[in-house]
Amino acid sequence: MYRYDPLDQRLVDERVEQFRDQVARRLRGEITEDEFKPLRLMNGLYIQLHAYMLRISIPYGMLSSTQLRKLAHIARKYDRGYGHFTTRQCIQFNWPKLEDTPDILAELAEVEMHAIQTSGNSFRNITADQYAGVSADEIEDSRPYAEIIRQWGALHPEFSYLPRKFKIALTGSPNDRTAAKFHDIAIILKKNDLGEHGFEIMIGGGQGRTPMIAQTVREFLPRHDLLSYLEAILRIYNLLGRRDNIFKAKLKILVHKLGIDEIQKLIEDEWNQIKDGPLKLPEAEIDRVAAHFQPLPYETAEADAKELEVHKFESPAFARWARVNVAAHKKPGYAIVNLSLKPTGGVPGDATAEQMDAVAELADEYSFGEIRVTHEQNLVFAHVKQSDLFPLWRALDEIGFATPNLSLIGDMICCPGLDYCGLANARSIPVAERIGKRFADLDRQLDIGELRLKISGCINACGHHHVGHIGILGVERSGEEYYQITLGGNPAMDASIGDIVGPAFSSDDVVDAVETVVTTYVELREKGERFLDTYRRVGQDPFKQKLYPEKTNAAA
Amino acid sequence: MPLLKNGKLIDDPWTHVADEVAVPTSGPVIVGLKRWREERDALIKRKDPVGVRLQSDYATSDVADDLDCLGVIALAFPVFRDGRGFTLARRLRERYGYKGEIRAIGNVLRDQYLFMQRCGFDALEVKEGETEKDWQKATGAISVFYQPAADGKETVSQLRHRKVS
Repeated sequence: MYRYDPLDQRLVDERVEQFRDQVARRLRGEITEDEFKPLRLMNGLYIQLHAYMLRISIPYGMLSSTQLRKLAHIARKYDRGYGHFTTRQCIQFNWPKLEDTPDILAELAEVEMHAIQTSGNSFRNITADQYAGVSADEIEDSRPYAEIIRQWGALHPEFSYLPRKFKIALTGSPNDRTAAKFHDIAIILKKNDLGEHGFEIMIGGGQGRTPMIAQTVREFLPRHDLLSYLEAILRIYNLLGRRDNIFKAKLKILVHKLGIDEIQKLIEDEWNQIKDGPLKLPEAEIDRVAAHFQPLPYETAEADAKELEVHKFESPAFARWARVNVAAHKKPGYAIVNLSLKPTGGVPGDATAEQMDAVAELADEYSFGEIRVTHEQNLVFAHVKQSDLFPLWRALDEIGFATPNLSLIGDMICCPGLDYCGLANARSIPVAERIGKRFADLDRQLDIGELRLKISGCINACGHHHVGHIGILGVERSGEEYYQITLGGNPAMDASIGDIVGPAFSSDDVVDAVETVVTTYVELREKGERFLDTYRRVGQDPFKQKLYPEKTNAAA
Repeated sequence: MPLLKNGKLIDDPWTHVADEVAVPTSGPVIVGLKRWREERDALIKRKDPVGVRLQSDYATSDVADDLDCLGVIALAFPVFRDGRGFTLARRLRERYGYKGEIRAIGNVLRDQYLFMQRCGFDALEVKEGETEKDWQKATGAISVFYQPAADGKETVSQLRHRKVS
């Protein structure tokens, strides 16, 4: 993975001292909370319902075991012994003290980490494919470009006061695992007719109260023009994005208002002015960064398929885990292992300091000391020898990260909700816990098959409910929590936004409603159909009839 | 209002003239865009220099043809969160090659000075009590830059590959 050079390090160190001074000015009362707010937000420090919350950047989800141990240490020393992995491949701590935050950031800088632009109306942490560099289906490893974009975006002098937050996702694989089309900018690696690598650029995706799917603004962008093109997009957005209404301030609204053709013209005009300037990426810089992501020293040992099969035969639990949580690696004899942070009835995405330390240890032993964070709030060991799968499974099971539910109903995305968040209208974690318990039977989960359930505690949609096969949105009605259900959302390349199925359900009824949706699907599905396939085939009505029998009967 | 020009606190030689107030016969003045458009020739004929104030929703193309006549372009920050001025300043410097003073007026935070300097501002109308030391501290807080900008500072990428070659 990427290692800082002295210049990268100096910037992060200086940023810590700059923030230390800003906090000191606040603590001395030289600046008001109003004036301090934009300063702390530039460094990921929020005020939540009960306390400050610090969000730490994990660029494109890449962590070393050293970094993860540092996060464990921070959880223990400055927080309450746990952290929460987010849908933007970051981690957040929910209980830091303001006066400790400069020290936390200084500790992070020691391991080449920071909280730069993890909040505020700025250019946020770039997200990327968690299987980058190891999946057989990718055009090229996306991480060098993600790192180049990270650097370009850090402390950008022109784009630190945008109309609204700004998110970019990058994927090197046509099988998108990043929900790319729901970002302000989606960058998709492509090969042109000449076999050259470049990018398709899409803009204007997003969730929140107005979910939209990104549209293509450029079919093929040469690699060396990546930064100038991004700069052109950001510049048009900075000038023309709405600033009078926070709910209409995102790029997607501008794209919608102008239309893709008009905004494309503005962007291309701007780009033509700057593309041959100093932003042109030198080959030497691409090579320098790419050198950090060379294939690891894999062993050439052939996989002992027989031994693996014996373990699977002797332990059905291992077999199930290997089937559900393990993915194919491009190198024969290796595998990609997903660590589920979704224990049955637990808080999706949470990890204790002890679990983090244990994962770091296991990463050193089994995966070249490298860990990846996914936008679905799980972790990945990207380089596991197939012959190590069995002992690794046993070790993961001991720390509670071996629940075999990847992409199944238990693998929910869930925002922190009203238990922590000042914006939420309803709790989401307890709903996730109850649904998890209802579907605790792993055989049943496996029979139901791929089903992405996503829960948000408010319309800001941090829990990605718009793109859940089943989405749940918490709303508040005269002091009571209600939950609206959407069906048919999908974050992948064949993206869709979920349809609201009908009136919201009470907290008591929402788990039954999910059960009804699932059983309806199981009754209707044809061989080989995932939930999403069945839904797309039969539409909303059969689900509506089961969810609201009285209404549909009365109407009939 | 005190003026920080290239990091030095100076007496502002320019006078802001509001739209409804008559332009004085002598002395450098900064006027609004509307007046500049309506009274352009008369303003140029005055012996003393003239500058123009741009609100943050104006485009640089509004003054692109007049840049040789303008000694100051004052870019308004109605609130510090309104970051359009950063783009306007860079366009003036980098696209149009404007060499005159670009000044930030309105609600500007000390913690924005560095970004302003990088985007091509060389003057700031600041709150009473701001000191040259504050400016130095703010602009000196970060010494490495990933992005090329209007200040022409060498970027990290340029430094890296200069070292190598």
